[in-house]
Amino acid sequence: MSDAVLEVLATGPLVTVQDRGRPGHAHLGVPRSGALDAAAHALAQRLVGNEPGAAGLEVLMGGLTVRLTEDRWVAVTGAEVPLRLGDRAVPTGRALRLPTHTPLTLGTPLRGARSHLAVSGGLVVDPVLGSRSTDTLSGLGPPPVRTGDRLPVGVPAGVPAAVEVPPAPPSGTLRLHPGPRADWCDGDPVDLLVRGAWTCGPDSDRVGLRLEGGTLPRARTDELASEGVLLGAVQLPPGGRPVVFLADHPTTGGYPVVAVVEPADLWRCAQLRPGDPVRFSRAR
Amino acid sequence: MTGPPAYRVVPCGPAALLVEVSDAPAALSLAEHLRAGLGATDVVPGARTVLVDGTERAPVEEALRRWDPATGTDPGPLVEVPVVYDGADLADVAEVWGCTLREVVERHTSLELVSAFCGFAPGFAYLSGAPEEWAVPRLASPRPRVPAGSVALADTWSAVYPTASPGGWRLLGRTDLALWDTRRTPPALLAPGTRVVFREVRA
Repeated sequence: MSDAVLEVLATGPLVTVQDRGRPGHAHLGVPRSGALDAAAHALAQRLVGNEPGAAGLEVLMGGLTVRLTEDRWVAVTGAEVPLRLGDRAVPTGRALRLPTHTPLTLGTPLRGARSHLAVSGGLVVDPVLGSRSTDTLSGLGPPPVRTGDRLPVGVPAGVPAAVEVPPAPPSGTLRLHPGPRADWCDGDPVDLLVRGAWTCGPDSDRVGLRLEGGTLPRARTDELASEGVLLGAVQLPPGGRPVVFLADHPTTGGYPVVAVVEPADLWRCAQLRPGDPVRFSRAR
Repeated sequence: MTGPPAYRVVPCGPAALLVEVSDAPAALSLAEHLRAGLGATDVVPGARTVLVDGTERAPVEEALRRWDPATGTDPGPLVEVPVVYDGADLADVAEVWGCTLREVVERHTSLELVSAFCGFAPGFAYLSGAPEEWAVPRLASPRPRVPAGSVALADTWSAVYPTASPGGWRLLGRTDLALWDTRRTPPALLAPGTRVVFREVRA
C-alpha cells in the first residue's frame, strides 16, 4: 500500500489514464481501448521499472503539469515534447527522479501529438474489467484527467531501466492489407489509398483517424449486416471518407472494412496531428 | 460431404479473420465453438459473421473443421424484461405494422428473442427472432440522447439501451432493469446467447 498521489496542476486538450486496455470483451460490446502509442507507453513503463501492464497518462498535445507527494521515478515518451522538472529542462525518453512537490511540465510537442508519462509504482485508479484505461467512446474506466485531480500511485515494483534508446521507427508509411469487404469499394481500395494524398482530419480522436483528401468510390450501396470490426480497420462510410479505427473504436459496425493497417504501424496514427500528411503503402 | 461449405474465411490483416456464415444463430454457434477452443484475443459474433482477432489462420481452419453448423447452441439463460410501453415511436411502429398500439405491445411481448451479438455500446445486445415482415426502418436522423433502459426496434432487431447515448432506433418503451454492471460476470445482462422475453408492466 502506498499513500503517494500524483497531483494534476494543469492539463492540455485531453489527458487520460491508459494501460494496455481491455481486450477480450469485444463480444460484450466493450472496446479494447488502451494507449494509442502502445510502444511509447511500454517504453515509459520499462524506463521507470514498472510491469508492462501498469497505467500511466496519455497526454494529447502537451500542457500537463503534475507533482508527486512522494519521490518517484518518472519518464515521458512518445511525442517530442519540451519537458521541465521544476525550472530545469530535462530530456524525454529516460528515467528521471522527480522529487516530492516538484512540478513536472510538458510543453507543446515539437513533433508528434501524444506523450506517455509513467510513474514508478504506476497509477492505481480502480480497474474496470481488468484495465485502468479511460475509454472515450463507451465511458468505461476513469473520466478524462482534470486539473485538481489526485491520482493514486502504487508501490514501486522494480528499479528504473538503464537509458534505453528506442528502436529506430520503421518506414514512415501505414502499411495496408486488403480488408474483408475490399470488394465494396469500386477499384482496389489499397491501391486507391496508396496513390491518394491524405491528411489527418481535425475530427480525428482516440476512436479513429479520419482521413481527408478525397473519397473512395463505393461499388455497393446496400446495407452491410453489422459485423465485428478490429483495431486498424479502414472503414468506408457511405460518404466515402475513410476512417482508420483506433483503440476506442466500436466493436461492431455496419460499414464495410475495405483495408486493414498493419498492427505494427498503428502507433504512427497516435502521433499524427490534424493536417499532417498520412501516407500508405501496400503490406508485402 | 456434399453441398456448399457452411462458411467462408476472409483474412483481415495478419492477425485476424472474418468467418462468414448463413445467419445470426450460426454466427452465435460458431463464436461459442471458436471461443472455447482457440485462445484468440477476441471472438465477436455479428449478424452473419464471426470476427476472430489475435490468432493465425491454421488453427481457425482446424477448429472450423470440427464445427457442425447443424448443432446450434445450447439454450442460454432466459431473462424477462419488464417494460412500460410508452415509447415515443409506438404510433410509428403501429403504422408500419398496420395494427393498433395494443397489438404492437401484444406482438412484442409474444416473442422469445435471442441475444445474437453485442456492439454499439457495452452491453447493447442485438436481439434476433422477430419475423422479417415486422422490420422497421431506423429514424432518418438519430436522437441526440436516448435514455438508459429504452426498449427499441430497428430492422428486425430489438434492443435495450444499457446507457444513455445517441440513437436512431424506434422507441417502444422503457425498463428499470440494469443492463450493464461491471461488478457482475459477465457485466452484460444480455450477453450473446441469452434468451429474452419482454413483459408489459404499468408505469
